[in-house]
Amino acid sequence: MLNKYFNEMYADNGTVREIYEFYNRWLKALPDGTLERRNAEAELLFRRLGITFAVYGDNNSTERLIPFDIVPRIFGAAEWRRLELGLKQRVRALNAFLHDIYHEQEIIKAGVMNAHQILDNAMYRPEMRGIDLPNQVYAHIAGIDLVRVAENDFYVLEDNLRTPSGVSYMLENRKTMMRLFPELFVNHTIEPVEHYPQMLLDTLREAAPPNVSYPVIVVMTPGAYNSAYFEHAFLASQMGVELVEGQDMFVHQKKVYMHTTEGPQQVHVIYRRVDDDFIDPRVFRADSGLGVPGLMEAYCSGNVALANGVGTGVADDKSTYLFVPEMIRFYLDEEPLLSNVPTWRLSEADDLKYVLAHLPELVIKEVQGSGGYGMLVGPTSSKAEIEAYKQRILSDPAKFIAQPTLALSACPTLVESGVAPRHVDLRPFVLSGKEIRLVSGGLTRVALTEGSLVVNSSQGGGTKDTWVLEG
Amino acid sequence: MLSRTAENLFWMARHIERAENTARVLDVAHRTSLLPLDIEGSEAYLWYAPLNITGCAISYEVKHGLARADMVTHYMALDAENPASIYNCLWLARENARAVRGAITSEMWEVINDTWLEFSRLPQQLDYEKLQDFFDWVKNRSHLFRGVTLGTILKDVGLSFIKLGTFLERADNTARILDVKYHILLPSVHDVGGAADYYQWGSLLKSVSAFEAYRKIYRDVISPRRVSELLILRDDMPRSLHACMNEVEAALIDINGTSGQEARRLAGEQHAALHFGRIEDAFDQGLHEYLTDFLKNTALLGKEIRNAYLSRHDTILS
Repeated sequence: MLNKYFNEMYADNGTVREIYEFYNRWLKALPDGTLERRNAEAELLFRRLGITFAVYGDNNSTERLIPFDIVPRIFGAAEWRRLELGLKQRVRALNAFLHDIYHEQEIIKAGVMNAHQILDNAMYRPEMRGIDLPNQVYAHIAGIDLVRVAENDFYVLEDNLRTPSGVSYMLENRKTMMRLFPELFVNHTIEPVEHYPQMLLDTLREAAPPNVSYPVIVVMTPGAYNSAYFEHAFLASQMGVELVEGQDMFVHQKKVYMHTTEGPQQVHVIYRRVDDDFIDPRVFRADSGLGVPGLMEAYCSGNVALANGVGTGVADDKSTYLFVPEMIRFYLDEEPLLSNVPTWRLSEADDLKYVLAHLPELVIKEVQGSGGYGMLVGPTSSKAEIEAYKQRILSDPAKFIAQPTLALSACPTLVESGVAPRHVDLRPFVLSGKEIRLVSGGLTRVALTEGSLVVNSSQGGGTKDTWVLEG
Repeated sequence: MLSRTAENLFWMARHIERAENTARVLDVAHRTSLLPLDIEGSEAYLWYAPLNITGCAISYEVKHGLARADMVTHYMALDAENPASIYNCLWLARENARAVRGAITSEMWEVINDTWLEFSRLPQQLDYEKLQDFFDWVKNRSHLFRGVTLGTILKDVGLSFIKLGTFLERADNTARILDVKYHILLPSVHDVGGAADYYQWGSLLKSVSAFEAYRKIYRDVISPRRVSELLILRDDMPRSLHACMNEVEAALIDINGTSGQEARRLAGEQHAALHFGRIEDAFDQGLHEYLTDFLKNTALLGKEIRNAYLSRHDTILS
């Protein structure tokens, strides 16, 4: 349990922070039971719309709703602008890093990172060496996970540069809030997020091979049984493009086509929500039925664009994460505006020694893991769990990193006992094309269990609408 | 349009239509079972008909043996093991819709999803008194789906594939309903034209919502010939073979494109036969033979449609 954390709504002296004042006034004036009633309405709405996700390893409920919390998380305009600058800076550096490691490798030559660190990473794709991408953009869509520990202190928890998901919840949450609480939107200027699909479409258009004037864009999904299928279908329909599976496409003379009722049609940009490993059985996993044989050849010939590009995983790996502040200094010659969480690398003997001695206070993660699977949260784990995890670490320390247990900020949330603070994080979505764009807001995830710090939807977390007040 | 999308739209519509038709078939069987039928083993006799119409008589017999009202109803409505049950039709329709969520409107998805959610909350055994409500519910959901579809979807090739699925399935079903009446429910020539015969034709008309239309058009006693004419040749009768083939042919013309010439030719041929055909000819040939031919041609047309639009060949035709 953490005693000290930043409360988003209340200042230390118990007064309501300025940006929450109007919401607090409205909340206080609300007749008893109204919030609960509208909450029930929201749940019905989500179920009917079929906004569901699947949980791996959970057979009984292949379709589950991510709990939606109807209390918004609010940012002021000024603090948001600061975050925005930091996010753009970080993503710019990450794309510069990706371009560099697949070309000149200046960062290795300059001794900022060592070759082993990059080239021996399983996520490094030698196939991408020397391949030029339009605008030198690799991670067209980046989901940067942030946590807040103080009024002006945000930490980047993780950069998601492969196939970050969750943006459909950001959009549906807003739609639901506008339907449930129109009065709040009428009386206050909340920055819109609804144009995200248009921004995404612009970004994808800019990713097209340079000689194509009217690119055919598609969203590629692993299929209806993927946990994020709803989002894939949602984005395709919002952008007005086809939602395709690997089996809908084929490669002929290094060009990609899709099967249509009028015969084959060439495809120029694929917003793929399929991991590198599965996109082309001829190059990556041969047993993959999700991909398109020959896709990599078409991609490397410049006849089709993939968003995100191939090989971005090396940059969002937890061991590379440590160097992002250095990347910002190296490529942009700027000081990082957003900080990293202090991190111990268990491949280093000193770090390992310290971490093993302090397991109950720390959070341990797998370097390659994602989605909150396989991590240890020291303060909330039993002695037996810690001991078992210790054995896992000792079998291969280099697979793990450790971070202090962060005091995630808390935001008022509707729970059974009423409105109470629960810990939150934030995932804004940063789009990179000819320019870098993002909407004002993102996906706020909330740990619904009292005291819990795990916000992942796969681990029982919920989501909230995120408001940026115009100012 | 993506071939896979077209395929899912086509089957989504077929499955919904099939669910509705199965409900209609069961509905008429229940109505008929309320009438006195003076033959030995009449229950098994009567309840064999719905199984036969939907082509699941053999699989039913393997599982349950003799046809019994409650068993047949359960088998055709709720049994997950029966691929043609209403349960499976609604489940598959939802799976099809889910696979092409981007290609249908959110209102359409909500209707299909809601239908499935409501259906899956039904008790495992249907109360006898509630059966009528259940059949009406299935029909209403299908009406709702069609209404929402026509009221919200873009009138492009996607709608054409939906129509194609709906009307091909409906034509197939009307033909089966007619056929079964003619052969199964009349044990002896002696009964033809008797009171039982009259009621059976009457309930057959009701099963395809054609009873009132019959009265309006013929203003006369119910005769097999007129019922057949109404359900085969009249193109103003929404569930007649002629009306269905009108829609199928129109949908194929709308889809157009370079492929599908053979499908268009087959549909045109079948449509012409209905358009210019006389009921006397059908009766001369024998109604059963006539309908068997029709079903065979419909199946062939379905196969051609699959070949032309819905399957995928990894080549560029130069």
